[in-house]
Amino acid sequence: MSLNPMNLLSQLPGAVAQGLIWGIMAMGVYITYRILDLADLTVDGSFCTGAAVCVMMILNGHSVWVAIICAFLAGMLTGLATGLLHTVFGISPILAGILTQLGLWSVNLAIMTRPNQSISTNNYKLLVALRFLDDVKKGLKPFYNHPIFVVGIFVIVIIAVLYWFFGTELGCSIRATGANINMARAQGINTNVNKIIGLMLSNGMVALSGSLMAQYQNFADINMGRGAIVIGLAAVIIGEVLFSKIFRNFALKLLSVVLGSIIYYIVMQTVLWLNIDANYLKLFSALVVAVCLGMPYLKAKYITPIQQRKRGKSNA
Amino acid sequence: MLELINISKTFNPGTVNEKLALDRLSLTIKDGEFVTVIGGNGAGKSTMLNAVAGVFFVDDGRIIIDGNDVTRLEEHRRAKYIGRVFQDPMMGTAASMGIEENLALANRRGQFRGLKWGITHKERQFYKEQLATLGLGLENRLTTKVGLLSGGQRQALTLLMASLKKPKLLLLDEHTAALDPKTAAKVLEATEEIVRRNNLTTLMITHNMRDAINHGDRLIMLYEGRIAVDVSGEEKKKLTVEKLLEMFTTASGSDEADDKLLLS
Repeated sequence: MSLNPMNLLSQLPGAVAQGLIWGIMAMGVYITYRILDLADLTVDGSFCTGAAVCVMMILNGHSVWVAIICAFLAGMLTGLATGLLHTVFGISPILAGILTQLGLWSVNLAIMTRPNQSISTNNYKLLVALRFLDDVKKGLKPFYNHPIFVVGIFVIVIIAVLYWFFGTELGCSIRATGANINMARAQGINTNVNKIIGLMLSNGMVALSGSLMAQYQNFADINMGRGAIVIGLAAVIIGEVLFSKIFRNFALKLLSVVLGSIIYYIVMQTVLWLNIDANYLKLFSALVVAVCLGMPYLKAKYITPIQQRKRGKSNA
Repeated sequence: MLELINISKTFNPGTVNEKLALDRLSLTIKDGEFVTVIGGNGAGKSTMLNAVAGVFFVDDGRIIIDGNDVTRLEEHRRAKYIGRVFQDPMMGTAASMGIEENLALANRRGQFRGLKWGITHKERQFYKEQLATLGLGLENRLTTKVGLLSGGQRQALTLLMASLKKPKLLLLDEHTAALDPKTAAKVLEATEEIVRRNNLTTLMITHNMRDAINHGDRLIMLYEGRIAVDVSGEEKKKLTVEKLLEMFTTASGSDEADDKLLLS
């Protein structure tokens, strides 16, 4: 087996397209994990919910756009479920997310009626599909059908809408809820409602991402969201580690999450190209995220004191 | 303006840690009155303030602010009447948000928050003027993240936020206790200025008896969840630390009131 760089290069557009689609999910994770300061595990279920709703709607003859909007709304409902479990019943956010995620497995199965459903590019008019990569390359379809272009537009529109939303009075109060909940309550902000809104928005985006993914790969599968939260966290953290020094603006921070997701997929593609057993991919992603999450803590504990000691000596 | 009628609160009821923090406490504060509150650790000072703010509901009694019974009103809904400054400088502001964003949040206290832009151009000018009154130079750093400010600056900003939208009631929970003496004096000076300029009805908890005597129109001392000493008017103006300790000993029937306890 030889490692042909051309093979890797030919896989790149696919990796970028997938990275963009998962990037939408990762922005959803950013809303809960960074803005609201909640680790929401609903994601693993709501990603599949979006895919299932989208595929079934298309199979039943609805247009792709209606299907995507319904997927988004279905995702919002999953966020509502987690939000109510957390705020009304006082269940910790992580546990509330796990409960919703578990329940969603049955719901997703009920939506799809069986563990997987496929939608062929030949029979249905899809917005994005893996095959379009080749079609555009061969000149069979115009450039604006290229998945990177289509999903790229989605990403730009979503970033613009989020940038507007988190600048509004309501958006600011949601940011305050995540930044300092005591202060938020003291300023008359209904923190419970805000958490629910944030969770709904986040899971709506995750489901939207799932609906695009189902179209891209031409099928929805009951297991397709498994580990999504890890990919989302990886994208958020990779984006922060690489771009936090240059990207200060909120819109650019969201963009860095999407870039983080693309980089994650390029790395994964490279790992596959190196002929590493695909079964180890999940272990690999778990390790990457564990290292990234642990890094700031270890840095603060061991490296910063050493730097301070050195600085102290040079000052003396 | 504020009426507390026989309020009681027990923490951890039915356990070994059961603690009666407020014991049928009653207090009436007039409009525009500046009340300082002292008492030893566990006397119920913070519990009283948190009960008024709605951090928890009281077990018994009623709380009335400006004629409205707020006893069962949730914390965020009660906030429209109340401005608050906490002991911990980190608690009153959102560190990851800018100075102007924090002020804009405070400026909408008690209002519906919709999809209008979070900060308008007109407001910025108003914030600049207000920040200038603090004399800390913050008026030129509107977009600076609050996390980059010192404890004293954050406390001064929180004070401004609490009074920006004139509250019916200002609650100060040992808001200078975490600051160094020099900064504490400055923040206290700013407090006096803001309270007097806006004629705010104020409850200020302090650990420092001298501060309690030197500021405000009325002084109350709590002991075991009840009011042990209540001094106002001319009597308050003539008050000294020694006199206060003596009054406390008589009122509580306890000699616990050595100044070590009260000044700690």
